[in-house]
Amino acid sequence: MGQVVLVTGVARRLAGRFVRRIQRDAQVDRVVAVDAVPPEHHLGGADFIQADIRQATIARVLAETGADTVVHMDVTGTALGGGSRATVKETNVIGTMQLLGACQKSPSVKRLVVKSSTNVYGSASRDPAVFTETTPAKSLPSGGFAKDAVEVEGYVRGFARRRPDVAVCVLRFANILGPTVDTPLASYFALPVLPTVFGYDPRLQFVHEDDVIEVLRIASHEARRGTLNSGTFNIAGDGVLLLSQCSRRLGRPTVPLLLPAVTWAGSLVRTLGMTDFSPEQIRLLTHGRVVATDQMRDTLGFTPKYTTAETFADFVRSRGPGLLPPEALSGAVDRIAALSLRGSGHPPTQSAN
Amino acid sequence: MADAKVIPFDDDRSRGGAGARPSRRRSTGSRRSGAEPAVVREVQPLPARVAAAPEGGPETGESPQDRPALQAGPSLPSPPAREPGEGEGVRGGLERRVASGLSFLRRRLTGEYDVDDFGYDAELTDQVLMSLLRPVYEKYFRVDVKGIENIPKAGGALIVANHSGTLPLDGLMMQVAVHDHHPAGRHLRLLAADLVFVLPVVNELARKLGHTLACTEDAERLLGQGELVGVMPEGFKGIGKPFSERYKLQRFGRGGFVSTALRQGAPIIPCSIVGAEEIYPMIGNAKTLARLLGFPYFPLTPTFPWLGPLGAIPLPTKWTIQFGEPIPTDGYPPEAAEDPMLMFNLTDQVREQIQHTLYKLLVQRRSVFF
Repeated sequence: MGQVVLVTGVARRLAGRFVRRIQRDAQVDRVVAVDAVPPEHHLGGADFIQADIRQATIARVLAETGADTVVHMDVTGTALGGGSRATVKETNVIGTMQLLGACQKSPSVKRLVVKSSTNVYGSASRDPAVFTETTPAKSLPSGGFAKDAVEVEGYVRGFARRRPDVAVCVLRFANILGPTVDTPLASYFALPVLPTVFGYDPRLQFVHEDDVIEVLRIASHEARRGTLNSGTFNIAGDGVLLLSQCSRRLGRPTVPLLLPAVTWAGSLVRTLGMTDFSPEQIRLLTHGRVVATDQMRDTLGFTPKYTTAETFADFVRSRGPGLLPPEALSGAVDRIAALSLRGSGHPPTQSAN
Repeated sequence: MADAKVIPFDDDRSRGGAGARPSRRRSTGSRRSGAEPAVVREVQPLPARVAAAPEGGPETGESPQDRPALQAGPSLPSPPAREPGEGEGVRGGLERRVASGLSFLRRRLTGEYDVDDFGYDAELTDQVLMSLLRPVYEKYFRVDVKGIENIPKAGGALIVANHSGTLPLDGLMMQVAVHDHHPAGRHLRLLAADLVFVLPVVNELARKLGHTLACTEDAERLLGQGELVGVMPEGFKGIGKPFSERYKLQRFGRGGFVSTALRQGAPIIPCSIVGAEEIYPMIGNAKTLARLLGFPYFPLTPTFPWLGPLGAIPLPTKWTIQFGEPIPTDGYPPEAAEDPMLMFNLTDQVREQIQHTLYKLLVQRRSVFF
């Protein structure tokens, strides 16, 4: 008997990709895709059930489908189709509570995978440079998606305590980037000119969406020999990129602004509803965040295909060139080099022969 | 074709006088356990060569379709082939420097350089920041370095130094001392106070210089990676002490550095710095102003607030940095790090040794300024 996998939040493209991918796995019999709105993308052959996880109907869905693996991907920072922040918070927190309540009642659930985020560590100047899974956050996120993620993880821990027979895996993803992903950071990088915080050059880490799909698969199946796929894991590509490097590789100029100005401008655009430039986003772009991925490698047995730099390169490829494409800049340097070579004008010396 | 023309240059350079720096760079490359092949560290001496760089380097950010553009870009008048060392040393050297400077500029402008998890930018540190600090180190403070051989060639080690001078110039000078004098060209990774990472610009530079927050997690991670870590456990108590208490070591924090070293089995190298105490003789402390600004102290020196920015110029004292005999910590059982008695004893031992060396150096010193 194969697995019955229930995936939440499938109206998002990333979750849609995951649904399509996991159906191809031999040990999976059936995939049940759940979301409050029907997805625009196709879901392969998965059964889509329109259900709002904030309602108790999710318990019925779970009972009727007899799902043994629940992949909770409906923990997100942005609303789908212009919903308000309040709806997002509702879905994140209340949705998780309902889903966990349903799982607790369901005797068939054997495995729970939750997509969380490294946002739970917050971002502060007094934080250690590299977070491990056990590092306590120096300043707990005060609001926004990061706080949702902290609360979601709290409920998941409570669930794991009450149902010790269920394997619970919390995956804390670094900033997910890729050709199709639509995250606040991706929309930030799409700005023609990147506003940055003056005097800070944050360290950023990215994880590629292909790797996200892959690690979610590992977490949803039986653990491979010698690995353990329950617990909390940081998921990020190797290496680190500074924001300045990102902007140069993207070819987008930066405008350094003083921190108060950035905070003010952020709240202005948030009020106007232009982008979701939340305070936690500003904190990330001020202090940066780097997580240790030793547990991911050693315990979970997952090695990402893309490093942080490769992820970013793939992202850059999928976007158009910026105002200052790196090729143009290096071409300019080469022209200067050519000039200086000609300028120094050493006479063509005869070779020894 | 382009490669063939370049080979003599490379040959020339490795044989030429620039021995010290390239060797240092190579050694750093090999020390970082395979994080990046040493190839990157090589500065491409000729722009014509740059076109070939993306294939060799680990600059993974380079997309395949960028490459044709790069290669098509520089249609350079290729320099005529020359035999190496044909007696055109000065101009050749200058040209090489211009070329390597341009290839450096090119890498910086396109963002194709690497930083480690802590934000340490080895290339920027080596090529720019150290060159900025070196004149201060060599010409202004005329630092004498003793006992550099006490720093191991490889592996993690914890350098523990006294802290003084109102502004943490002593840490920076210690970094230059290790960088320029250690035969293996090791890089010192300093642990800095949290204030450093609050201040704009300062935090950015500190990260790029390889500094990180003074906390157990970071220190252990760095030592575990086999890095050379520098710490000044006196902290603000040491750096902000009045002039009358100069060269009197303050309490060494809570001895956290000892348990960190014990846990990693890294030797502790006591380091005594003489000369930093007198750069800003702190005769008073405007506590109210400090509290207003959020600083731990606000120094009043004979010159500082009174002469404005001119007063912020440090006195040109003569410095001596002495690295002492390493104190091994690998002979202790694993539970030793949890033994407060042992920790206090080791802390005292380190402190005594630094204090003792300080007094010895002070006796030997002819004058504060010479």
